[in-house]
Amino acid sequence: MSVFDGLKFRKVSSPIHNLDPRVKFIYVCAIFVAAILFGEILPLTALLLMQIPFVVLAGVQREWLRSLRGAAFLAAIIFFTNFLFSFVTAGYVVLASNVEWAASMTLRFVVLVESFSVFFLTTSPDHLGLALELTRVPYEFAFAFTTAVRFVPVLAEEAQTIMDAQKARGLELEKGNFMKRIRNYIPVLIPLIVSAIRRSLELAEAMESRAWGATKKRTNLYTLRLRRGDFALLALAIGVLAASICVRLYVYVPTLSQLLQGWL
Amino acid sequence: MIEIEQVSFAYPNGVEALKNVSLTINDGEFTAVMGQNGAGKTTLVKHLNGLLKPTKGIIRVDGVETTKTSVAALARKVGFVFQNPDHQLFSETVEEEISFALKNFGFTEDAIEKRITWALNLLGLTQYRKTSPFMLSGGERKRVALASVLAWDPEILILDEPTIGQDYQQKEKLRQFIVQMQTQRKTIVIVTHDVEFVAECNPRVVLMKDGRVVADGEGRAILTNPEALAQSSIVLPQIAQVFSQLSPLGLPKDVIDTYEAKELLLKTWRRLK
Amino acid sequence: MAVIETRNLTYTYPNAAKPSISGVSIKIEKGEFVLITGPSGCGKTTLCRCFNGLIPHFYQGELKGEITVAGMDATKHPTYEMAKHVGLVFQNPENQLFALSVEKDVAFGLENLGLSREEMRKRVDWALNLTGIYDLRERSPHEVSGGQQQRVAIAAVLAMQPEIVVLDEPTSFLDPLSAEKIFEVIYEFNKKLGITVVLVEHRLDLTAKYADHIIVMDEGKVCFDGEPRGVLSREEPRLIGIGIPKATLLYQMLRRDGLSLSNTTPLSSQELSKLILEAFEAA
Repeated sequence: MSVFDGLKFRKVSSPIHNLDPRVKFIYVCAIFVAAILFGEILPLTALLLMQIPFVVLAGVQREWLRSLRGAAFLAAIIFFTNFLFSFVTAGYVVLASNVEWAASMTLRFVVLVESFSVFFLTTSPDHLGLALELTRVPYEFAFAFTTAVRFVPVLAEEAQTIMDAQKARGLELEKGNFMKRIRNYIPVLIPLIVSAIRRSLELAEAMESRAWGATKKRTNLYTLRLRRGDFALLALAIGVLAASICVRLYVYVPTLSQLLQGWL
Repeated sequence: MIEIEQVSFAYPNGVEALKNVSLTINDGEFTAVMGQNGAGKTTLVKHLNGLLKPTKGIIRVDGVETTKTSVAALARKVGFVFQNPDHQLFSETVEEEISFALKNFGFTEDAIEKRITWALNLLGLTQYRKTSPFMLSGGERKRVALASVLAWDPEILILDEPTIGQDYQQKEKLRQFIVQMQTQRKTIVIVTHDVEFVAECNPRVVLMKDGRVVADGEGRAILTNPEALAQSSIVLPQIAQVFSQLSPLGLPKDVIDTYEAKELLLKTWRRLK
Repeated sequence: MAVIETRNLTYTYPNAAKPSISGVSIKIEKGEFVLITGPSGCGKTTLCRCFNGLIPHFYQGELKGEITVAGMDATKHPTYEMAKHVGLVFQNPENQLFALSVEKDVAFGLENLGLSREEMRKRVDWALNLTGIYDLRERSPHEVSGGQQQRVAIAAVLAMQPEIVVLDEPTSFLDPLSAEKIFEVIYEFNKKLGITVVLVEHRLDLTAKYADHIIVMDEGKVCFDGEPRGVLSREEPRLIGIGIPKATLLYQMLRRDGLSLSNTTPLSSQELSKLILEAFEAA
């Protein structure tokens, strides 16, 4: 019950959330490669639009839009540097093709960012941990990942309690100049670190007591089984990749300005 | 005096932790706020020194509204000792730990020195003055935390779950300490679900459930009322349990003190003989 | 048959000036419900850590004397082997759950042992049902209360099907009603499954009535060891700061002042009120 509630992990279920995280990751990589293959606005727009059904099916529109907004600043920087560069190399003239080039580079960035954000928005941490456990990643690494997800909110809540306890003893965090303000956090940081160390010792003790390290061949309560949806997504990923490579090799992709010229 | 008028509080995530709570705590009063975990006890007392501000309603401490002043200013009057001492201890020595708040409140060097000596003596910690608080046992750390708050001599003292993890002897020391504070006319508020401890202290009891105050009165009356306790998931203290089962003898039911219980039973016994 | 036996057990933590337990010789029989109590710092927790080999394997330090648990020398077998026979439940529920769902946590030990998925599923469901948290199996640890978290920790230990379960102040963070539920769960698996229980507790008012055997420690030594009514009817435990149940205390006071109550020391309010009613009827 605190402001840190957002960090708490909850299980969500949707057709997209229930997909095998490994297949989802392959799909994201396929989109990634396709986006690298194309520098033109049309195919990039198609790649961006392809993600929308996923977002809607998973019911994460609001989070997705928020991540889009988050990427906006970097996108703007990419647009301006690209534009400036082509503006200078073209001999200080504004060409439609230059603007389009800058726009497509920006779009490529957005596609890259968003494909990964869809992956993380629709893959719950326990699924991700499981995927890590079931692939060849060492178990210690997967365990560290899930324990971090498990304890970050606990530590955040503890930090709040410590701040309250010190404020109750007259600590004013926002008082003084910059250096003083940093020093103000010492009475919060020390108890937090001490308690984190104590906590990790207790955790280690509890793990030992539950036969940690008994066998090299650890088993897993859960398993990931590929279902129909996963195969469909896998097919889609291969399709996207194959189609992009074919188009790249054998089809001429016009730019937007060329198309417009053709019409005019 | 603490006046709580129709206070409601919701956390940012929308959880309503207090619902229309009204309560007045007089100077020199000893109050135990009881209830299940999650009933809103700690949320309520965090309002008394301004760590939390009501979403609705007003809280006044000695006539000053908590929304119109800072935590630091309120803390001077309202000492708050947190449940876990490890959430506040950070200094190299016990002495420095105690001086932390005194420095924050701008006491002079002389006054700080005097108050450290006084607080250490009060809680039997004088021998640990130069020791690191991290080297002390759990019970001792709890006393250091208490000393670090008592040092500035606040008029109101709030203790959050002071008996958790404490053994019988430590609880007995705490009880004696509270009695001593009472004789100095301090206002004391403890948050607890330790019925046996409350039965021994017999303070005013405020029972909470789901963010509301469901009963408020003398400890002896509330702790012997099975219906009121049941709705806050608290069990009767053992002596009260015994007397609730002695109805054939025509004894009163509102007994929570072991000595009083003994006297009552012996009197009835002698009459019978 | 003794399932835990120590002879002259003495242990000093690394860099500690004096031993935390010294000369501890105890015998715990199979299927017993044992209560270990004593003031803070008396060595209760240290003794528990010896039962599954955390001492000396995890904590190092110097261990002297003999300790046999479930027929094994606990100093020779690593903790992960002992864990199959002795389950430990700790004080803070928060720090013994690592997984992102309740059932995954209960399976943690079984995964470590490398059991098959079918076997794990069977044992996890069994342990969840036994502790009454089957409906919470898919929740994350944040979504359940402290009492429920502690039941998860107990289920996780039971799933490993140990002969002995050791619980170190499992309810000190819980409210009395949640605590009572935990004690009932413990009592049930002790009686129904014959699992030996070693419970470390301060609060005898809540737990004395369940115990077959009580061990009182002070300053690293065992000072009383025996049947609870016998131990608690003495004056000395109270003097070293053991909080004996109020009902037992009242009984002692009444008897001293001449009220003729029968001589079976009561451990709960029900037992005491029955004795009082009997005495008054006889009079």
